[in-house]
Amino acid sequence: MKHATRRVVGLSLVSLTGLAAFVIVAMLALILLDVVKGGASHLSWEFLTQAPTDGMMGGGIFPALFGTAALTLLMTVAVMPVGVLTAVYLHEYAPPNGRMARLVRVAVANLAGVPSIVFGLFGLGFFILFVGKGMDRALGYEELHWAQPGILWASLTLAVLTLPVVIVSTEEALRAVPLDHRTASLALGATQSQTLARVVLPGALPGILTGAVLAISRGAGEVAPILFTGAAYFLPDLPTSLNSQFMHLGYHTYVLATQSPDVEATRPLLYATVMVLLLLTFTLNLVAVLIRTRTRRKAASGH
Amino acid sequence: MPPTSATPRNKMESRELTLRYGSKVAIHQVSLGIPEHRVTALIGPSGCGKSTFLRSLNRMNDLISGASHEGSVYLDGRSIHDRALDVVDLRRRVGMVFQKSNPFPKSIFENVAYGLRVGGLKDKAKLQARVEKSLRGAALWDEVKDRLDESALGLSGGQQQRLCIARALAVEPEVLLMDEPASALDPIATAKIEELIHELKSTYTIAIVTHNMQQAARVSDQTAFFYMGELVECGPTEQIFTNPREKRTEDYVTGKFG
Ligand SMILES: Nc1ncnc2c1ncn2[C@@H]1O[C@H](COP(=O)(O)OP(=O)(O)OP(=O)(O)O)[C@@H](O)[C@H]1O
Ligand SMILES: [Mg+2]
Repeated sequence: MKHATRRVVGLSLVSLTGLAAFVIVAMLALILLDVVKGGASHLSWEFLTQAPTDGMMGGGIFPALFGTAALTLLMTVAVMPVGVLTAVYLHEYAPPNGRMARLVRVAVANLAGVPSIVFGLFGLGFFILFVGKGMDRALGYEELHWAQPGILWASLTLAVLTLPVVIVSTEEALRAVPLDHRTASLALGATQSQTLARVVLPGALPGILTGAVLAISRGAGEVAPILFTGAAYFLPDLPTSLNSQFMHLGYHTYVLATQSPDVEATRPLLYATVMVLLLLTFTLNLVAVLIRTRTRRKAASGH
Repeated sequence: MPPTSATPRNKMESRELTLRYGSKVAIHQVSLGIPEHRVTALIGPSGCGKSTFLRSLNRMNDLISGASHEGSVYLDGRSIHDRALDVVDLRRRVGMVFQKSNPFPKSIFENVAYGLRVGGLKDKAKLQARVEKSLRGAALWDEVKDRLDESALGLSGGQQQRLCIARALAVEPEVLLMDEPASALDPIATAKIEELIHELKSTYTIAIVTHNMQQAARVSDQTAFFYMGELVECGPTEQIFTNPREKRTEDYVTGKFG
């Protein structure tokens, strides 16, 4: 009896977990299949390299593609140094369990829980209305120059949003560097900063890159934070300076899906755009994974 | 208590050194001289404080949070806790080989060159010469000379341990502290390291921790016996092994406990 019950419990656990795994895979497959079926026929070189035309019912998505790439790049450039330095301070220099370290950690954890639309409002209030306005006043601009939505503010807003990801994964990576390597370095007469630069950071590099991947794939897909801080509804020209507005794949998808006067006509465009967005994210992840395995192998083989 | 026979001056010396981890006393009032160009063996049962003592000679205990000391340690007659003495300098003069070999995940060459690089040596030819000299010194050169660019992690355990010795030698320290450098090695590699210690003592001053009584007898000139954090007895190796003053020492070296 007992044995039988155990068997039943065991079997149902196996099937339950198996089913859950299957549902995940099936959903991903369904989504991909649907997107590819609807978008593949419309995907072409012209679609990728042309601006939208005919009130966004024709043409391509090049400005959105370019805008997304530029935005993500700027965000990465902004978030990586700040995030890595913060993590290094927390893990290497701040007294462990000191008040400062605790405060920063609590702040980071809470930052990670803030809804992304709030980051958008924060970006508008802080970067545009406070920093931007201050810059305009200080630099003597008569009309709005920095105090308006632009790619710089949007990328900085995204940088704040992804900061926790970078800090947490960098700290994790630093923790994973064996204590042995640090002591060996110090025993050879290296200073703490030499140990950091030559042993700890190289050892943590794969983990730091993982953080970068996570930050990028999170940042590239977020729309809410850039709504008020720089994304443009329709802008065939590419951004030319840091205060230009820009088009964005995610926002463009939203616009195509909800704002089109002729739903049937925009549907293939919409599908193709989503497909590009997915491809972009997958490629980014793939590139990052490749870098990671390469640095890992390099670290293991010692160059 | 300095060794009784005619010995050279003490290169290093601890005076009433007490070290605590938190409130736990790890070594208690240890006064021990390490004579120049001699090999001093530290023996004693597990947990008696040999590693702790060794680590306090180049202030590696500073890295352990909660560790605190009383008493003093001298290098060439100067306190190593002197404010004017830079701890980085101290560690270049007092090198260390750890109980567990710990090569960096870098190439063999870069492992040995590490201490030189952080010391500011950039000249390629000089680096190469010093790396070769140190690898020869550690009896490893012939085995690795064709694969200096390969990862150090691809070496066998014994080779890794000798690499760590080479790495410590490269900085040309005055004192070399070795914490059971042969504990994980086979008899052949062990013999090589013992031979090496013999050769090194003309240039270096060496302190070595070992659990192997024969090894202590073979390589050392002076032996110090630790028990429960205290230095029980220290004297010429001959005397410690044949005619110890203390009963506990005799019991330990003859294998009655430990
Ligand atoms: N980092 C540490 N934190 C707290 N206590 C420690 C630490 N390192 C050593 N101890 C304690 O100090 C005492 C002496 O340890 P030590 O490592 O010096 O012994 P040992 O003689 O080297 O032993 P073994 O022969 O096993 O290596 C032990 O009781 C040990 O538990
Ligand atoms: Mg030990």
